[in-house]
Amino acid sequence: MMNALMTTLTAACALFAVTMLLLILGYIAFRGFGSLNLSFLVETPKPVGEGGGIGNAITGSLMLLGLASLIGLPLGVSTGVFLAEFGEGRFASLVRFVTDTLTGVPSIVVGVFVYTVVVVPMGNFSALAGSIALAIIMTPIVARTTEEMIRLVPTSLREGALALGAPQWRVTTGVVLPAAAPGIATGAMLAVARVSGETAPLLFTALNYRFFSHDLFQPIASLTVQIYNYAISPYEEWHALAWAATLVLMTLILVINIAVRFFLTRKRF
Amino acid sequence: MSTTVPTPVFVPRPKAEQGGGQTPEADAPIKIGVRRLNFFYGRAQALHDISIDVPERVVMAFIGPSGCGKSTFLRTLNRMNDTIPGTRAEGDVLLDGEDIYAPGTDVVSLRRRVGMVFQKSNPFPKSIFDNVAYGLRINRLTENKPELNERVEQALKDAALWSEVKDRLKTSALGLSGGQQQRLCIARALAVRPEVVLMDEPASALDPIATQKIEELIVELKRQYTIVIVTHNMQQAARVSDTTAFFWLGKLVEVNATEKIFTNPNEKLTEDYITGRFG
Repeated sequence: MMNALMTTLTAACALFAVTMLLLILGYIAFRGFGSLNLSFLVETPKPVGEGGGIGNAITGSLMLLGLASLIGLPLGVSTGVFLAEFGEGRFASLVRFVTDTLTGVPSIVVGVFVYTVVVVPMGNFSALAGSIALAIIMTPIVARTTEEMIRLVPTSLREGALALGAPQWRVTTGVVLPAAAPGIATGAMLAVARVSGETAPLLFTALNYRFFSHDLFQPIASLTVQIYNYAISPYEEWHALAWAATLVLMTLILVINIAVRFFLTRKRF
Repeated sequence: MSTTVPTPVFVPRPKAEQGGGQTPEADAPIKIGVRRLNFFYGRAQALHDISIDVPERVVMAFIGPSGCGKSTFLRTLNRMNDTIPGTRAEGDVLLDGEDIYAPGTDVVSLRRRVGMVFQKSNPFPKSIFDNVAYGLRINRLTENKPELNERVEQALKDAALWSEVKDRLKTSALGLSGGQQQRLCIARALAVRPEVVLMDEPASALDPIATQKIEELIVELKRQYTIVIVTHNMQQAARVSDTTAFFWLGKLVEVNATEKIFTNPNEKLTEDYITGRFG
């Protein structure tokens, strides 16, 4: 009796959560699909009434995410390895406390911080500053998931390697990290997905740019800021473009996710 | 040397006094000599004043009830307990006459000389080949690829696993059965050609057929290696070992030829345990 009740209750909650998610996704697809076409994906924004696209915002977002991952992932994974493998004593507790706190800091605060320490000294908004802001948000998330995943690697595996005469660092790099890799990658994906939706920190750092750009030291467009600009405008046409851009952003995250998962499951032992 | 340790109730006698049933290999050179070893987990003392000699190329079995310290003792022989924070060993463990707890001992090379097989098989999430090659690679024991291949093959043959896996060396070790995984772990330990192999209840999680294979393997390995095996299974100790040591409450009660231990032990306590009166 209680079993059935419990099963029904949890199933109902799960159904509710999934339904909400599907409703959101469905509504975005429904609103966004109409304005979606090839020129929208490759062109730069144009004044109202002339169409225009988000090509520069897509490449800009990819560049920001790529550079942020390049900075944030190694930093986060190394911190996680440190916490899990050597994480005793005061310094480690401090690091753990700081990463936990950093996870909870609103992203706009990170944006303002990077504005102060990078944008102001450099004299202008830049893609680099935007990537740094995103990396700061990613690092603690990646660090804590990496730590958790490494702690899940059974002691018996470490002992097996140690018993063969492996020094500690080789146990970590050769046995523990590969065993934890799928989990770490999932954590990294979550972090990438999380920052790919960030707008606030980019407003203070990467700002926006009307044309294609690959200059690290100049402002750069991004999907989220572009969506923001389109969405707050008073024009119905731009609202439609905002929906379409949202659909593109969502698809982008989905594609990155699937690609990484595919790569990992194929290589996994 | 701590003198605060209460006098053990059962003082293991030096070999000369253990009348009659000497080990058949009594004149074999001593591979591991342990002198007055005390071991602590934090404040709790797990081993009390252990002294024992393990002759070369014999199988010595450690028996005793759960929690008697036999696994802990086994793990002091390759300093595996070092990985547990708050542990401490006092006394000497001599490998070929050299104290492995002496300051400056290279623990990594010690563990290469004293291999270990664990209770639960623990293959790495890598291919069968890479599992066996792991110790060879990290210790740079082979010069080239053909030599590596040959050492891996030899180790798998020594562990009586070669014929079952030779066509699937590149597949995941996690796809093997439990018994095969344990033999793979034995092959992995043998590949680096250790001098001593420590086995911590290597067959406790296996079915009778897999257990039999492991036991035959142990007897076979004795020709080349010194083997110390912890086991809960007294029949197993009787079947595979030359010498048996009985532990009780962190103390070494008796060490004697296996045959003597199981037929006519010197100590009343050993007899009570063997005959199932406690434990």
